[in-house]
Amino acid sequence: MAERTIRLKIKRQAGPEAEARWEEFEVPYHAGMNVISAMMEIALRPVTKEGTATTPVVYDSNCLEEICGSCAMVINGRARMACSALIDKLDQPVKIEPLTKFPVVRDLAVDRGVLFENLKKLKAWIPLDGTYDLGTGPRMGQKVQEERYPLSNCISCTCCMEACPQFNDKTNFVGAAAISQVALFNDHPTGAMLKEERLRALMGDGGVHECGYAQNCVEVCPKGIPLTRSISRVAGQVMIQSIKDLFGT
Amino acid sequence: MAKTPRIIVVGGGLAGLSAVIKIAELGGQVDLFSIVPVKRSHSVCAQGGINAAKNLKGEGDSTFQHFDDSIYGGDFLANQTPVKAMCEAAPGIIDLLDRMGVPFNRTAEGVLDFRRFGGTLYHRTAFAGATTGQQLLYALDEQVRRFEDEGRVRKYEHWEFLSAVLDSKRTCRGICAMDLHSMEVRAFPADAVILATGGIGAIFGKSTNSVVCTGSAQSAVYQQGAFYANGEFIQVHPTAIPGEDKLRLMSESARGEGGRVWVPKQKGDKRDAKSIPESARWYFLEEWYPKYGNLVPRDVATRAIHKVVYEHELGIDGKPMVYLDLTHIDRNTLDRKLEGILEIYEKFVGDDPRDTPMKIFPGMHYTMGGLWVDFNQQTSIPGLFAAGECEYQYHGANRLGANSLVSCIYGGFISGPQALSYAKNAKALDANGCYDSERKRQEEINDRLMKSDGSENPFQIWRELGELMTKNCTVIRYNKNLEQTDAKLVELLERYRKINLSDRTMWANTSFVFTRQLLNMLQLARVVAKGAQLRDESRGAHYKPDFPDRNDEKFLKTTKAHFAPDADEPKFEYEPVDTSMIKPRPRKY
Ligand SMILES: Cc1cc2nc3c(=O)[nH]c(=O)nc-3n(C[C@H](O)[C@H](O)[C@H](O)COP(=O)(O)OP(=O)(O)OC[C@H]3O[C@@H](n4cnc5c(N)ncnc54)[C@H](O)[C@@H]3O)c2cc1C
Ligand code: SF4
Ligand code: SF4
Ligand code: FES
Repeated sequence: MAERTIRLKIKRQAGPEAEARWEEFEVPYHAGMNVISAMMEIALRPVTKEGTATTPVVYDSNCLEEICGSCAMVINGRARMACSALIDKLDQPVKIEPLTKFPVVRDLAVDRGVLFENLKKLKAWIPLDGTYDLGTGPRMGQKVQEERYPLSNCISCTCCMEACPQFNDKTNFVGAAAISQVALFNDHPTGAMLKEERLRALMGDGGVHECGYAQNCVEVCPKGIPLTRSISRVAGQVMIQSIKDLFGT
Repeated sequence: MAKTPRIIVVGGGLAGLSAVIKIAELGGQVDLFSIVPVKRSHSVCAQGGINAAKNLKGEGDSTFQHFDDSIYGGDFLANQTPVKAMCEAAPGIIDLLDRMGVPFNRTAEGVLDFRRFGGTLYHRTAFAGATTGQQLLYALDEQVRRFEDEGRVRKYEHWEFLSAVLDSKRTCRGICAMDLHSMEVRAFPADAVILATGGIGAIFGKSTNSVVCTGSAQSAVYQQGAFYANGEFIQVHPTAIPGEDKLRLMSESARGEGGRVWVPKQKGDKRDAKSIPESARWYFLEEWYPKYGNLVPRDVATRAIHKVVYEHELGIDGKPMVYLDLTHIDRNTLDRKLEGILEIYEKFVGDDPRDTPMKIFPGMHYTMGGLWVDFNQQTSIPGLFAAGECEYQYHGANRLGANSLVSCIYGGFISGPQALSYAKNAKALDANGCYDSERKRQEEINDRLMKSDGSENPFQIWRELGELMTKNCTVIRYNKNLEQTDAKLVELLERYRKINLSDRTMWANTSFVFTRQLLNMLQLARVVAKGAQLRDESRGAHYKPDFPDRNDEKFLKTTKAHFAPDADEPKFEYEPVDTSMIKPRPRKY
């Protein structure tokens, strides 16, 4: 009996300027395997389905448990994390492509630095006086914790940005993840001290008004973050802030 | 001297970022290097929590009790002075993290909630849902981003540390690193360097660690002359989910919240777990350890599971697995306290652990050993500091659950200011040649590797390395097997010289990068195997059936390995342990 195998179709690209091409692979099946372990099989024997020698596939990964946000790619047409994409649940050949809205580094590895830059612009942090002892943090009810915790689960994978129709070169939209971080920090008693600056940064070009509430982001977010809820809350805050700014109060 | 000291920090996990924050706050300039964007560091994987004796449950907990539990849990191998200082600093660290906005779980009154973890009788572990490590790392990452915005920190992400730059007096003067996209090798000068490069899981093939935890950086500086201490102490976590690509951790918090470990009493019981009545279940941890029950320390739980599976032959379905059962706890409580880790099980196994007992088995998890450092976190190479899992200082022969996160942050907080004050007093470098020569040495290694055209696949060698180390250097150790392990490692090193790279391009070549790391993994594996062979006793995580007792007379000592370049192998010496405060007593749970 022939060993059971699985089929993969992977988009390869040697570098940022190189032409993309497809390669097909057939690798041994193991129970419980995911897209990353399938690519580890390719590394062990880098040969295409046709028997041509090739190079191991380049991709980003680290935790392999969907918590570091490294391994986002488009799998069978959907932006998702490769480490939690179980082969048993995917149609074959499994079609794997890099995210399309970020510059390709090589093969499936892309440069998602823009999200971190956006977090900088939006001052997504608590303004701490210093690390010296100032006693405990502010008291906080369980409700506030339960509101903030899910938002703080964002793994910066950028799947929401990949899926968003508004996230493109034309709009400069910052994307759902960054806006949701604004909600997270505005909700914190100390974080709120930078609230106005964050909201003003979301007023102009690429700001919160670009969102058309298409909900694609919520659908793909691997962490189930209530993104449209965050966006509408922040949109409300931005609106109030612009009125305040207008009347100088 | 008005010049701002320039410090290089390698690694952006909890330890590295903690160091960066202190240095930036004290006015230093930091260059921060990391293989992965720092926010994606392995620290995000920590689930369970972080220890601090805040005593917010009216139990009379104290930092001294935390200190005593840590020393006792570590089987008296840790130097007591730094551990005591860490336990005393821990409550302040929690307060600071709380101020940074970490969404810690709260009590009804709005103060921090604490849970129980292994090896203690107190509620001492603060937690943020089931993703504590992620939440802590993000809080530090955000503070570092703020310093980056202010121009005090410059990040080099997707850069890999290759080696330290040492001057003619073997003092560290900077690092050599490689851009993982362009593959360019560069030397970076610094007044002091801190390594915070995390764990070594990849040496064991499959482990609970992340992909980049190869120990390559530690191994590189060990091969440059730094001491590596207590390498033989490897923590195997009792409850991991066996998987194809990695062993995913089932956090100790599952037991902390009341999870019970059991197997069917009847060998070959084919019934579905739920339909096996109480009377036909064997809760062996509760029976063997009535005081701590399911919350015995990790080494004890791991050996018990091994015993039940391999000696009593009671593994589920005859396979190496036992049940970890949460189904007696109500869904709401589980969702509130453990949702994140239960999701991992659901996602990667497909069953809902709220309804079905989980199947788990021990997996390699943590290295207690690491670069030798003094009480100021300085390695044996002047100017080179280390913090976090890559150094050996805080956990002795066995780490208590939730003590790592606190040791990483504490170690970072000590190393940062220490590196800065070292830098302020350091003598100026008299000649610059060391940068060029180290860069050339590294480029030559790259050239040789690129040109190598043997027949060995690096990923195959790695697979064999992992299987070998897991089999012989984890839970139970025999001298004969350890000897064979080292012989086999020498053979793998030999095969490594005949490697064949299937990818020879000079752009974002991840298999090339991995192959470079593999050599360092093999060299460090020898430190683990030989260190284990030489220690003829059982202590903490190190267990030899042929030497079942702790032998304080001969082995209450820190193992220090150094690399003998001429012999291409580790040499060992031993150093007395600081037991100045708590007298060693037998460790019995
Ligand atoms: C699944 C899991 C769960 C855990 N849960 C807990 C818990 O609940 N409580 C607890 O206390 N501990 C826990 N631990 C242990 C704890 O998470 C780790 O010990 C700790 O996070 C290590 O932090 P670190 O800062 O030392 O290193 P890491 O977070 O591993 O960071 C290492 C950094 O070094 C960089 N790096 C590595 N090599 C190089 C190189 N050559 N060049 C450049 N950069 C490099 C990496 O990119 C990364 O930024 C857990 C561990 C695991 C595996
Ligand atoms: S709801 Fe807004 S952010 Fe989300 S996908 Fe639609 S447009 Fe994009
Ligand atoms: S919001 Fe969700 S999809 Fe977007 S980056 Fe965060 S985790 Fe990923
Ligand atoms: S590897 Fe971390 S999310 Fe997939």
